[in-house]
Amino acid sequence: MTNHIVKSYDAEFAELDRLTAHMGGLAEKLLADAFASLDRRDPNLAAIAVASDKAIDAIEQQVQERAILMIAKRQPLANDLRHIMTVLKIAGDLERIGDLAKNIAKRALAVAGESHPKPLMNGLRHMTELAMRQLKDVLDALSTRDAVKAREVWHSDAGLDALYNSVFRELLTYMMEDPRNIGLCAHLLFGAKNIERIGDHTTNIAENVLYLVEGVAMTDERPKGDDTSSMIMTKQSG
Amino acid sequence: MDMTVANRIEAERLAPVTTAAKPAKVTAKDVNVYYGEKHALKHVNVDIPDRGVMSFIGPSGCGKSTFLRCINRMNDTISSCKVTGLITIDNQDIYDPALDVVQLRARVGMVFQKPNPFPKSIYDNVAYGPRIHGLANNKSELDQIVTASLEKAGLWGEVKDRLQDSGTGLSGGQQQRLCIARAIAVNPEVILMDEPCSALDPIATAKIETLIDDLRSNYCIIIVTHSMQQAARVSQRTAFFHLGTLVEEGPTEQIFSMPHDQRTQDYITGRFG
Ligand SMILES: Nc1ncnc2c1ncn2[C@@H]1O[C@H](COP(=O)(O)OP(=O)(O)O)[C@@H](O)[C@H]1O
Ligand SMILES: [Mg+2]
Repeated sequence: MTNHIVKSYDAEFAELDRLTAHMGGLAEKLLADAFASLDRRDPNLAAIAVASDKAIDAIEQQVQERAILMIAKRQPLANDLRHIMTVLKIAGDLERIGDLAKNIAKRALAVAGESHPKPLMNGLRHMTELAMRQLKDVLDALSTRDAVKAREVWHSDAGLDALYNSVFRELLTYMMEDPRNIGLCAHLLFGAKNIERIGDHTTNIAENVLYLVEGVAMTDERPKGDDTSSMIMTKQSG
Repeated sequence: MDMTVANRIEAERLAPVTTAAKPAKVTAKDVNVYYGEKHALKHVNVDIPDRGVMSFIGPSGCGKSTFLRCINRMNDTISSCKVTGLITIDNQDIYDPALDVVQLRARVGMVFQKPNPFPKSIYDNVAYGPRIHGLANNKSELDQIVTASLEKAGLWGEVKDRLQDSGTGLSGGQQQRLCIARAIAVNPEVILMDEPCSALDPIATAKIETLIDDLRSNYCIIIVTHSMQQAARVSQRTAFFHLGTLVEEGPTEQIFSMPHDQRTQDYITGRFG
């Protein structure tokens, strides 16, 4: 991409990209810390995770203010306008991802006293790993303007939904097996739902990267696989 | 989805008034313009629809004004200037030797960058064209034309009590609207505007833009502008010129969001070296 005649305009775009990348890095770390704090019952780590969500919120605020100022000052058009609008939306999705990860960390505080059979965490661990990989890939795709990679992330969300369904089923089974698991499993169910939602926001980001790079909105039907709304507790399930 | 009235009005305004189905008002086929040796306009092809606004954008010296002047044959007055190719209005060749140029200029009005009212009264500025073209049979008909033209130009309310004052005593924005009233007074079909707002402040500019928007339902309007935002606001189609060629022409919203040509993109985003 050739440079703008006005040098400071380029510097403003660079700063917008830097802030967004910073938010993305913080969101990745927050998600990792949130899961680890739940897995290890570590209230200190949970507190760190909750605090870093505030930092993400603050950067989103900055991105918004800078974007508005750029629109007012530069009256951007075409790819420049898309650049600013997609960064704004991506910052919004990253902020939501931070919120959802923070919710997981808060559950670490809630379940701090309960007994903790290891296998219960496995499903959520897999979900977290997959969500983290997608988030990392989409942030890479954003920084390198890689439409192929963004499209891969977009398609991979169906896998996270499928995993969510099976974790949902699995947790129901644990609850039926032993009512003492219910408290913890209920928290884990919410945690799984949070990660499934994080996957949706990651998919939004992938769509925005595609829009930024290719200039056309993604119109394909999203691959959707969450059918937990129709799942019921029956003896056969699991 | 629920649309507010403002949204709907905006959507209607932005909707391309023109589709391929509508016959073009002005058509250029392989138009070339030379000033002596200089090839100023190269192989321009474009269809300009009726009842809509087309804007011409591009860097200074790219040939926008040159092309505009072809449409009312003002280039005829420049001795070194040679025009080739075909330009038609309503399928009539406007360079046909049998065509009456004075009649043509009545059909194609022009508004310039600097408001240029005659050093005469406001009334006479508007009455001038109708008088020389013999459009009024008597004083009351002429009065009617003057009133209607000033009304259409959005100036009537501001000048109705001082029609005998000099046109040059008006503010810049009012003078420009007076020039538009003068252009309208002879019942043109096409109105050419060459950077009509570049000498005006933002309020006067907004008034001219509103006026253009009102006029577009009755005229074929072509406007040269250096403000992308103005082009985006007032026109339904936009043509981008560069180094004497018409690079790209299309619906305004497409030109400003997804131009096809890299040169258009670079120009509208401020990347031209
Ligand atoms: N009367 C003229 N005689 C010689 N060259 C001219 C004349 N008018 C314009 N040109 C040249 O033709 C080119 C296009 O000019 P013009 O149509 O005025 O550009 P624009 O309106 O896009 O700024 C420029 O290189 C300009 O110098
Ligand atoms: Mg010019």
